[in-house]
Formats: sequence, structure tokens, C-alpha cells
Amino acid sequence: MTANPTSRWSSYHKPETVEEALELLHDYDGSARVIGGGTDILVEARRGLRRSIDAMVDATGIAGLDTISHDQDYIVIGCGVTHTQIVSDERIVRYGACLAESCGVIGGPQVRNTGTLAGNVAHALPAGDGTIGLLALGGEVEIASTTGTRWMPAKDTFVGPGKSVIDRHREVLTRLRFKPAGTQEGSAFHRVMRPQGLCLPIISMAARLAVDGDTITAASIGMGPVGPVPWFAEPVATVLVGGTTSTEQYEKAAEVALDNVTLRSSKYRATSEYRATMIRTYLPIILARAAERAGANQ
Amino acid sequence: MSRLKMTINGAAVDVEVPESRYLSEVLREDLRLTGTKIGCNEAECGICTVLVNGTPVVSCVFPAFKAQGATVETIENLSQDGSLHALQQAFLDHGAVQCGICTPGLIMTAKGLLDRKSAAGEPVTEDDIRASLKDSYCRCTGYQSVINAILQASGQDVPPYLPETQEPGLAVGKAQPNPNALAKITGSARFTDDYKFPGMLYARTKRAGVPHARIRSIETSAARKLEGVHAVLTHEDIPGRNAHGVVSIDWPVLCGVKVRYVGDAVAIVAADSEEIAAAALELIQVDYEELPAVTDAIEAVKPDAPLVHEERPDGNLLKHIKVKKGDIDSGFADADVIIDQTYRTPTTEHLFLEPECSIGVPAGYVPTDFGGRCDALAVRGETAKHDKTTIYVGSQIPYGDRDQTAATLGKDPEEVRVVATLMGGGFGGKEDIVGQIHSALLAETTQRPVKMLYSRQESLLVHPKRHATIIRIRTGAARGGKLTAVEATLYGDGGAYASLSEKVLTRATTHATGPYDVPNVKVDCFALYTNNVPCGAFRGFGVTQSCFAVESNMDMLAEKLGLDAVEFRRMNALDVGSETSTGQVMRESVGLNECIDKVDHDMRSDDFRWTWDEGHRRFAWGVAVGYKNTGLGGGAPDKATAEVEAWQDPDKGLMAEVRISSAEMGQGLPAVLAACAAEELGIPTERVSVLLGDTDFCPDGGPTTASRQSYVSGNAARLAAKEVARQLAIAEPAARIKVQHEYWAPKTKPLGAGGDMHVAFGFCAQAALCEIDMRSGEVTVQKIVAAHDVGRALNPLTLEGQIEGGIVMCIGYTLTEHYIQEDGVPWTNVMARYKAPSITHAPKIVSHIVEHNTAAGPFGAKGVGELPSIPTSSAITNAIYRATGVRVRSLPVDQDELLRAIRSGATEVELAWGDVKPIPVINFGGEQ
Ligand SMILES: Cc1cc2nc3c(=O)[nH]c(=O)nc-3n(C[C@H](O)[C@H](O)[C@H](O)COP(=O)(O)OP(=O)(O)OC[C@H]3O[C@@H](n4cnc5c(N)ncnc54)[C@H](O)[C@@H]3O)c2cc1C
Ligand code: FES
Ligand code: FES
Repeated sequence: MTANPTSRWSSYHKPETVEEALELLHDYDGSARVIGGGTDILVEARRGLRRSIDAMVDATGIAGLDTISHDQDYIVIGCGVTHTQIVSDERIVRYGACLAESCGVIGGPQVRNTGTLAGNVAHALPAGDGTIGLLALGGEVEIASTTGTRWMPAKDTFVGPGKSVIDRHREVLTRLRFKPAGTQEGSAFHRVMRPQGLCLPIISMAARLAVDGDTITAASIGMGPVGPVPWFAEPVATVLVGGTTSTEQYEKAAEVALDNVTLRSSKYRATSEYRATMIRTYLPIILARAAERAGANQ
Repeated sequence: MSRLKMTINGAAVDVEVPESRYLSEVLREDLRLTGTKIGCNEAECGICTVLVNGTPVVSCVFPAFKAQGATVETIENLSQDGSLHALQQAFLDHGAVQCGICTPGLIMTAKGLLDRKSAAGEPVTEDDIRASLKDSYCRCTGYQSVINAILQASGQDVPPYLPETQEPGLAVGKAQPNPNALAKITGSARFTDDYKFPGMLYARTKRAGVPHARIRSIETSAARKLEGVHAVLTHEDIPGRNAHGVVSIDWPVLCGVKVRYVGDAVAIVAADSEEIAAAALELIQVDYEELPAVTDAIEAVKPDAPLVHEERPDGNLLKHIKVKKGDIDSGFADADVIIDQTYRTPTTEHLFLEPECSIGVPAGYVPTDFGGRCDALAVRGETAKHDKTTIYVGSQIPYGDRDQTAATLGKDPEEVRVVATLMGGGFGGKEDIVGQIHSALLAETTQRPVKMLYSRQESLLVHPKRHATIIRIRTGAARGGKLTAVEATLYGDGGAYASLSEKVLTRATTHATGPYDVPNVKVDCFALYTNNVPCGAFRGFGVTQSCFAVESNMDMLAEKLGLDAVEFRRMNALDVGSETSTGQVMRESVGLNECIDKVDHDMRSDDFRWTWDEGHRRFAWGVAVGYKNTGLGGGAPDKATAEVEAWQDPDKGLMAEVRISSAEMGQGLPAVLAACAAEELGIPTERVSVLLGDTDFCPDGGPTTASRQSYVSGNAARLAAKEVARQLAIAEPAARIKVQHEYWAPKTKPLGAGGDMHVAFGFCAQAALCEIDMRSGEVTVQKIVAAHDVGRALNPLTLEGQIEGGIVMCIGYTLTEHYIQEDGVPWTNVMARYKAPSITHAPKIVSHIVEHNTAAGPFGAKGVGELPSIPTSSAITNAIYRATGVRVRSLPVDQDELLRAIRSGATEVELAWGDVKPIPVINFGGEQ
């Protein structure tokens, strides 16, 4: 019931290379855990919810993975990059606005100063804010394991609430990337919270649009919590593409979103009805904002 | 154990510590840098913030070995060569330090901001401050002074915000920082958890975990055998009285027969470390026969309800409190308009940022026996010899703690000593006994000092909360606007033990007409025992609850009568000559009308409108008034004894010390007492020191409750000083003069006897400007205009701090706070589930001080601690009504429900966040 102070690890490792990290994880054979900023996992540990960790393997000290880079096709974010770094990175603000906005609402400054986007995605909550932003950008993650390194779409990593295809005892999410917004592309994010109780969103939504004149040429949407995993809302994107940048079109998109999810009432957070109203209200607003930004991005 | 190297505060540090350490533990325990405080260990409160490589982080969830090789800066580094950092100076100047437990965290977070901004060559804005301090909580200040202080520290010319007050005397009426603020801003101030006695053990408590059960057996042998465990105590080990209580002695120190709420204590353990003590708890086996629980006040009155205390003659009825005046039937017959409504208010939590901590030290303790140092001159602290059983605790009632502990230990009160340490916030939540007796019992058993520190989670579970109430209230008025009658029935959930329920709910009852002249009144209040967490004192003391109902009804009446909401209140406001519901005729010091005028004038300046739209945002004003008694009243003897000693210092001149066992929770009492004594002695305040709350050195100031300290202890200090001054005038020049004065507040009458039930009342009016997002139902408070009649502003700086902090606390009550229990089991079991207002909720506060002196108060002063926390809730919900046409009948305001009502055209909401069922229908005078 009260915090159990015995819920601790015995060793804390801060490897400097991916190889070293993987070797450590291999040696602990499942009893070690990858840790980023620790703002999720240590709060759980403090509450006595994590007993079986022998060792923490800190992924934020790996050389070269604490920065954001912009190569030809992608903006690449290392797993040591904090939300604060993302929010203040001009390239992300410009080419991935919804990610900067979504990381900007996480916790308070102290949490953003240590918490990482990699941790947010690896934690696989149904509505991790940074995760929702990254989804809308069509983000991908790189997973390193002893058997090799692979890139995969972020959307395919989620298995259930808190469950990820990434084995956080043996693998490291090393980098995240997305294609920067080109000309005539823009994105936006919005989250609805309540001032009481749990710090979990009622609804968190991000959208990225490409427009040509007043025609939507491409769209991708991230949303949560609307199910056990963050939702990459393909049906919503489908209905938008080819349509116009109009309120009617956006409202139609919101209806399609609602047709495709079963919203739940969560105790002390929101009724399903309120969630639906918030989707109807704010999805059109962020779509309009994304389109406006796309227009400005000529 | 591994080597950890860091640069801390400019010095290289190299320590051998376990790799499982958090940074906060290395700082506080291994390096003894106790300026960094702990409030939650959940990354929620921010008071543990330090800078790592220049960036603010919460050290409680920051692994120490993550900081390997890093540069760490803590509060201890800020003042260099004896001069304060600009932030420290500004916090001092602006009165941004009250209890001080949050101060190091706020200052370090702010320093991160200032350093970053100055490196970028950018100015600091208010928005920057709000964004940076979003998760750095302060429960005391209300944040306005914090914002102003940080702006000043960033180099802007921002003077402290001080309302206009009466011309000051030599000391009284001057804006002065609290004398203990200096230690708080440098990190040297010590709260109980900052003490570490040689040989000290660590204690934990085995909690019931079930709301209602009979104990079949308690098995402790396995726990006793665990290595490192020094003692495991149960009810069988109690030498004296196995019960405590501030009003009725009904709360077991350690339960032996029954447990009545989840937080009940069944066994206590002292061990070499907290980890071992925690492990020992898991080895204690308690066999329970679970009993049906009653967890709702209205269920509790029913004849077939499970009984919380079987031996009580009245079943679960703790008290039926009645107020009667005039003839209620004829009153309503005279009314042209009647409003009859039922309201609900939630259980709320004080969330003082310092969790409870007590250290028991056994009689005969000598630090050298445990490798410590002994200082022959030390009278308290780690280097002192302790002749008596001593408890170090931040408590609101030091003498009460002493007497209650003595009773359980089977000792004479004189054999026990309480040393009051600094308190990191109290707000009424540190009046009941929590760990005091336990730490003393364990200390005497083990003959070692024993620290009993509660985790935040344990604190949430254990200490008494603010009463949840259901209030049905019927208010009648004649067409012209005069109130004719008020009838009300209140149900208060007192939880498992009496605590202060009777007193708190009496205040709710006697104040249930509001500060109005009402000829016919009938109020019934039922205080009930349930198997919920006990409820007791909380700033506002019951009046916060009834005011919400009263002032909601008043606005509805005004609307129905077609009268201006302010004018309607003015027409009925108490004034000199009017009579309260309990039959007290007001003879003086009723500044309510002036408060109303001041607020009304401010609100209506600059092209005033009650409500307007800006896009999807709708703005509206709401007003409410309130009052609150000063002092215990109700016939209770209310006294305080102060000692003042004065002497000549060859360099500084006449010096003095005031000694009194009263509690400083950050409200600024030392500053007030120093000013009262200084004024009488004719010297500046700086020359008066104040020693509070060591029962061996300071006479009894009584409980710190009921907004009574400035009045009662202030008078005691003033009169003792006056006598010192008289004797000084005729003494030899070098004489040292010491005087004790026992001050008795004017006699009061018990409820029902008519006459003066209270020595004085404070009055206030507040207007809230709210913004409602019509798309989401989200409510924010933009601005509060307030006026408070405090009799006399003894110290405008600390007074303004009380006002701003009280207002923001009541904003929390209205919008963010609800302590939720499900069938007697708290859902609110971590801080992450209880949101107090953060800096982002803090409005701009415009404050006026009204000074209708009360003759018997010190220099005319009345109490102020609770007053600001009373009318804000209804000012806000009245604004919401004006904006949306929706009347909120249940707190806290729920945006989900509110939006549904707005969209459906409903005119009221009766479900608040966390409520699962509608407000029950109740009958006037009780259920039959
Ligand atoms: C007060 C507070 C407020 C918060 N508010 C929000 C909020 O508003 N929105 C929100 O979305 N979140 C919030 N969080 C949660 C948390 O801060 C974020 O999810 C953060 O992004 C987690 O990142 P981290 O680096 O701290 O993760 P960690 O706690 O270090 O790790 C989280 C999980 O991911 C795994 N992991 C971390 N890094 C890697 C990696 N490189 N490879 C493989 N696995 C890895 C860990 O094993 C763990 O399971 C809040 C937390 C706190 C304490
Ligand atoms: S945030 Fe660290 S103690 Fe509260
Ligand atoms: S002064 Fe901030 S919590 Fe008390």
C-alpha cells in the first residue's frame, strides 16, 4: 500500500556504446532493464511496482545518441534526447511541429529535462503524448538487439497498454526518425486534460497534412487513448486525402474517427461521451491548423 | 558499494554508495546536504529540484549514478561569501517564503530559468516563470509573490505587492519578512526529517489496510527475528492509555480489538534502516474478521448501519448540532422568494508539502553513547543530552502532544518534552496525533532516538481530512430584498474517529446563514462516524463548506428578485448592531460593507460587464462574501501564556526574546509576535527574537487553530512586553527582566446560550473573474479581487501572503481537489492522484485590507489565517453560472459534466469529478 523502499536495482550501468549496452543486457539475461530518463520506470519503482530488476542499463549515455540530426531524408533523434531538447530544436519545430507540441506538454520542465522520447515510445502507453506526435509524422524507430539492428514504423511497436514489441530487457531503442515536412506540409497537436487527479490525457491527437491549393494530398493522424494502443488512424487519413481543406471535410474526418473506435469511459478521467465531443471539437481544429501551417510552408 | 564522483556546489565529491541510490538520498543522507527537501518521491511536487549540469531535475527519481561525473548544484551553493543570491533576496523581500519547505525547490527551478535566459540574453517574462515552475508546487503562497520575486531577481523593477494599510507604528503594521525566512532561503532551516541523531533508528507503522474489521490475532515473532529490527510493538506493549484524540479520546494508539479505517495503526517497528523496518512490516501477520463498513454519512444515520464505535450510546451519531433563532415558519411565510437547494462538497487533503515526521528521543539519552558529540551548552538537537522523553515534531499543538504522549507512556506530562521543529505546512492537518506517540514509545523501548517519517502515500492515508458535506439550504427573502429566513441541514462525514469533527461542524452550522442579518434561522447538522479516513481541522474549519451553499443560494435569490448580486448582499450584510444566527449582537469591528464596497468598486471599474465572449472563451464575474470567527469561542477557555525577557546589549541596546509554545506553520507568527512585543518595548522588530514551541522553555500558547494565534498569543506577548517595559522604566539600567503573562481572551458563551459566542469575526468579500472554454468546459480563474477586514494589519507582508495563499487554496477546493475513497479505501493513494493548484492555476490577485479594529485584539487585530479560503469557491461557481447558465451544486467543478450541461441546456450539475452518484435527497431536520 505504501511505497516499498526495497524495490531497487543492485547495479546501475551507463554504457557508452550500443554494443556495450547489448552485451550488458545479454549478460543479465532478462533481469536488467533499459532505462532512459527514468521518469516512468522510476516512479513505478518508487511505488514498489518493479521488484525484479537486478540492473538498470542507462541508454542516455551512449555516445552519439544524445543529439538530433537532420540527414537527407530524415530528422533523426537519438534515444538519449530529452523532451526539452526536442521542444527547443528549431528543425523539429519547423518540420515536425506536432512532435514539438506533443513533447512540450509532457509533465513539467523537470520531467522534460530528463524524460526521453525513446522512453515515451518504448513505454507504449495508449496515449503517450510524444508518441502520438511521432505517429502522425509517420515516425520510425530503430531497435538494436544482439541479432542485429532493424528500423520499423513506430505504430507497429505497440502490442497493448505498456506492452511493446521492443524487449526492454534485451533490446535498445536506439534512434527515432521521421521525414521532415516538405513544402506544403504541416502538422499540429492538441491534448485535452482535466485539472484533477491523474496526469493522463482525456484525449491526445496529432495530425500531419500535405496540401495542394485547397486539396489535401496526404494525411496521417495519431490519437489516444482510444484503445489499448496508440492509434495510427488510417481510416481518418483515407477520408481526408483528396478532399478539401474545409470545415466540412474535417468534421467528416472526426465522424470517421468515431466510427472506427470504441471509446471507453474511464473512471475519474472522462466519459466516452466527453471523449467523443472532444474528438469532434478538436480534430477539426488541429486539421485546420495543420493545413494552415502547410499553406504557410510553401 | 561503488564510487560516485560528482562536482557538487563547486567541490569535487567522491563517495562510496550503493548503486541503487537516488540523487536526493546521496545529497541528503550521504552528504547531509539537507537543504534539498522531499515531499513525495513521485516526481510530482518538485521540492527536491536541483540543477544537474545546469538543468533542473527532480532528484527523488534521478538515479545517483546517472549523475556520475556531473556537476550538481543545490540550494546550499546559492549564497556566496555571506551575501544572498538575487533570488534569495527577492524571495525574502516579497514574502515568497512561508513554511519554506518548497523554497529550495522553487529557487533552484527559478535559477535554472534565470541562468538559461541570461545565457540567451533574453528577458524573463511572467509566462516563462509559469511554464518553468509548472511542476514546482507551493501550498502556502498562492504563487503571486513567487512570480514577482523571480521577476525582481531577473533584474526587473518589481516591488513587493503590498495592499494599503493603516499608518504603521514603530513595529506594528510594518511589512517585514518572517524572522525564520532567512534560514529557509539558504537551505539551513531544519525540518524534522533533517535531524539525524547518533544511534537513531527508523520506524514504520503496520496499517490496517481494511476499513472495518475485528482483530483476531497479531503475529509479530517473525518480524522481531529479522536482523536489524530493534522493536516491534503492539497494543499489548502500551504502558499507559491506549487512546488519543484532540477533543474526545477515542482513537487507539495501536489497535487491539478493532480497526475502523484503512490507516489505523496495528503495530510499529523500529529498525536500523527504513528498508528493514519496511521488510519487517511484511512479516507481521494480522488475522482479521472483516466487518461490513459504513462509508457514507447519510447511510451512517440509518438504524441498521454497521456501528463504528459499538460502545457509543448514539450509534454513529457523533453530534447533532443545532442553531435556532426566531420562528422559521413565520420567516418563510414572510418570504416572497425562496430558494431551496442541496449541495455537496468533497473530502479534501491538506497536502502540506512536508509529510509528517516525528523523532522520539529517550529520557537519559547522551549522544556520546552512540559515537556522537556532546555539547554541554546545547539544550536541544543532536549534540544535547536529553533528560526527558523528548519528541521533535512540527506540530500545531505542542503542549497537547506532550500531554497525550505522557498519558500513553504512563508518565507525568512534566516528564515529557516536545520540541517544535519547523513545520512544512499544516493548514489544520497537523493538529491530531500521528507519529508522535509511536516514536516516543519506540524510543523508550529501544533506548535510542527513533525517527518516524511518513511517506507521502502514508500521509495521504492517515491524517484527518476536510469533511465532505451534504448541505440542504433554504433561503427566503422579501420582495424588497431583505432576508427573512434560512433553514439548513448538513451532514458531515467525520470518518472513523472524532478528531475535531464536533468543533468543525459546529462552525459550519453557526456560519450557515452567511454574514447576514437573518431574523429566523434553523440549522441542524449531523456529524457522523463512518469507516472513512477521519476528518478534522482544515483551514476554513467547516465554514468553507457552508459558505459554498450559502453564497450559491444568495446569487440565485438575487437573480430571482431581480436585484444586483452585490447590492443584495449589501442590503443584508452584518453591521454594527446586527445579530448573528447564534444571537450575538455585533458591537464593533464589522468591516463587511467596506469590503463589499472595495471589491465592487474595483470590479466595476474599466467598462465593466458581468460577462462577455472572446471567441470560444466566455468570461464572467462572480462575487461572494464570507466571515470567520477568531479564537476558540463557544465558551471554551481561550488563553495563552507568553514569556518576554529583555536585556541591554552593550552594542545594540535593548534586546528582547518572546517565548511561547505556539506553532509556526509558515503563516508568519514569529514576525507578528516580535512586532507586538517590539511595539510595547519601543524598539524595532529586529531586536526581538522569538522562540516557539519547546515545552520546557516556552509557556503554553494553546493550539494553533481557529485563526487564534495573532489574537490570543499576540495579546499575551504584547501584555508581557508591556509589563517588561513598565518594570524597565523603574529598574536599574543593566537589569535583565523576565515576565510571563497569562492572557485570557474575553469570555464567550456556548452555542445555544445566546450572547457572545465569539470574541471577534473577520469579514471578506471576493470577486472572481473566470474564463470558461465553451468548447471543452475547462474553467480558469483569471483574477480575484478581494478585500479582507482583519481588524489591523500587524504585518502587511505576511498578511498578504496568508490572503493570496488562502485564495489559491480555495481555488483548488473549487477546481482541482478531491480526495476519493471507494468503500472506505482511498483511491487517492499517491500524490499523482491529488492535484493541488500549481502556478498555472494561480490568478492575478488584487487585495484590499480593511481595518475595523477590534478593541480587545492586539493593536486591534483579528484572525486572518482561514478567512481568505472561505468565499472563493462560490465566487467562482457564481461566475460559472453567469457565464453558462449552469449552477454547479457539487465540488470540484467537473468540465465533463459542465460541458454536457452547457450543450444540453441543463441549468445545473450535481456530479463532480469523482462522484459516482447524484446528491441524495435529504430532509430538513434529519432523516426519520
Ligand atoms: C510528473 C510526471 C508527469 C508526466 N506527464 C506525462 C505527460 O503529460 N505525457 C506523457 O506522455 N508522459 C508523461 N509522463 C511520463 C514520462 O515522463 C514520459 O513517458 C517520458 O517520455 C518517459 O521517458 P523516460 O526516458 O523517462 O522513460 P523511462 O522511465 O526511462 O522508461 C520508460 C520505459 O521505456 C523503456 N525504455 C526507455 N528507454 C528505452 C530505450 N532506449 N530502449 C528500450 N527501452 C527503453 C524502459 O525500460 C521503460 O519501460 C510523466 C511523468 C511524470 C513523472
Ligand atoms: S518531486 Fe521529488 S520529492 Fe516531490
Ligand atoms: S512556502 Fe511553499 S509550501 Fe510552504
